[in-house]
Amino acid sequence: MLRYITIRLLQGVVVIFLVSITSFIIMQLAPGDPVDILIGEQQITPEQIAAIERKWGLDRPWYVQYFTWLGNVFTGDFGTSVVRTGQPVREMIFEAAPQTIKLNLLSLIVSMLIAIPIGVLAAVKRYSLFDYGSMVGATLGIALPNYWIGLMLIIVFSLKLGWLPPYGSGSWKSYILPVAVLASQEMAILARLSRGTTSEALSQDYVTTARAKGLRDRTVVTRHVVRNALLPVVTMIGYRIAFLLSGTIVVETIFAWPGIGQLFFNSIDRMDYQVVQAIVLLLATLVVVANLVTDLVYAYIDPRIRVR
Amino acid sequence: MSIQAATEETPAQAILETGTARRSEWSRVWRRFKRYKPGLAGATLVIALILIAIFAPLIAPYSPTEKVGRRATPPSAEFWLGLDEIGRDVLSRLIFGTRVALIVGIGAMAIALIIGVTIGAVAGYFGGTVDLALSRVIDALMAFPLLALLITLSALFEPHLRTVVIVIGVTVWASYARVVRAEVLSLRERDYVIAARAIGARSPRIIARHMLPNVIGPVIVLASLDVGSIIILESALSFLGLGVQPPTPSWGGMLSAGRSLMRNAPHIAIAPGVAITLTVLAFNLMGDGLRDALDPRQRE
Repeated sequence: MLRYITIRLLQGVVVIFLVSITSFIIMQLAPGDPVDILIGEQQITPEQIAAIERKWGLDRPWYVQYFTWLGNVFTGDFGTSVVRTGQPVREMIFEAAPQTIKLNLLSLIVSMLIAIPIGVLAAVKRYSLFDYGSMVGATLGIALPNYWIGLMLIIVFSLKLGWLPPYGSGSWKSYILPVAVLASQEMAILARLSRGTTSEALSQDYVTTARAKGLRDRTVVTRHVVRNALLPVVTMIGYRIAFLLSGTIVVETIFAWPGIGQLFFNSIDRMDYQVVQAIVLLLATLVVVANLVTDLVYAYIDPRIRVR
Repeated sequence: MSIQAATEETPAQAILETGTARRSEWSRVWRRFKRYKPGLAGATLVIALILIAIFAPLIAPYSPTEKVGRRATPPSAEFWLGLDEIGRDVLSRLIFGTRVALIVGIGAMAIALIIGVTIGAVAGYFGGTVDLALSRVIDALMAFPLLALLITLSALFEPHLRTVVIVIGVTVWASYARVVRAEVLSLRERDYVIAARAIGARSPRIIARHMLPNVIGPVIVLASLDVGSIIILESALSFLGLGVQPPTPSWGGMLSAGRSLMRNAPHIAIAPGVAITLTVLAFNLMGDGLRDALDPRQRE
């Protein structure tokens, strides 16, 4: 197990390194000279330009710049924003992150609470009306673009009925629409998955044994089936983090939610590349860590994986 | 493939069917595909969409880019889906928008398949350091939140249909590489591969002739399921203003334009959303059907 953890950890470090170097190179390709962006409209002498270039290491080759940047990142210094002059990128991220985390956690919890029971029930009552209905719903849920669901919900609940605010993150009411949008897609995927794993568990020998010794259906399902069926579902959630974060960018833009997604999109729009770079690195690291933890949890629970 | 297929049929059938010509393999796939009605419906819809895209100028009642009436006119007998924020016919724009959706969906998928299959096959076949290095590249690509990467890349280049196809193509191949790598890895020690190597076949020939035909089933399934997600990605990019640029009609762009008139003319935003959903649904259902037909192991 220790060997497995070490290998996976090393792989994770290599992946994050690759991600950081890729995002750095992409930012180097970005249009516009960083010095021009920094000075904006100000009148400036060539000496001052040279001073700025020296300060940021812009007169050095790109790989030196990269390692300077990486070194700064390790000390928690992500540079400063160009648009909000001089504000540390770290501060901007710290401001936005809690909003995004709240939104995503809520969506994850809501989707699990709704989707898993639906999936299990659909498998237990296989080929029933409930099964068909919920699976048609799930298939549709995967095909619906989430920003369109967002717009439709705004039209109905904000513009027509006037029940919920169309944007912003004020009262608890403002959470309902963005959470509904983010949760809808996760729900569709989780419902399908838990239906699949449950029906697989139902056909196992130990379920037949449990039935044969006279346990009631309900006991068989709750005690023998669900426990085994949920394992792949719970681990799946770890792998879904990357998708959830992608969805956040769109949803936060639609609902003007002051989180990481909106910060990211606005920074792209204003060519504030320090912020973009920091967010990409952060999101990718989060995905790597989440996948790593998921793999380790899975290996811990399921010994068959450790052996490989 | 024939071994997998046989496992789900009766032994008698399997015996009868071993050694039959190649054609029967595909007719068997077709027979299994036909059995799953939603898959058949999806495939029919996909074919219909392709025809709509090809014959768009013949089908569309009006020009997709010219003003034909008062802006934001609601649906009527004359304009079935109403007019948009400028006064163009929504139905005609929807019909022409099929072209963008399919070009991006199928074009980007083709690029992703070429890159993914090549890298996956090389990693799986050669193993060792090559595999180790390529696998980390695959991992790194999968660690990027896809939309963030797409937004960043699209913002860097000139917004154009070509840009969108290429950018999506070069970012979504990782999952194919992963699947192909795993399959090729498991085929490497099969007797027929060793036999091919023993008679002196070169690596590219072994990969192309002996391994890829056995890998193609799961890849086709994955690809047909992913065309839908690519169409959603494209529409999200256009919605954010980074995809195909106006006046070219794209569904995401239409949605984004309809957003400002949501209160008084919701029909502008509703129509393209329905079109995207139906198209994605068609590809997903077809993919489900193909999975049952081509790759019985993966069945849910």
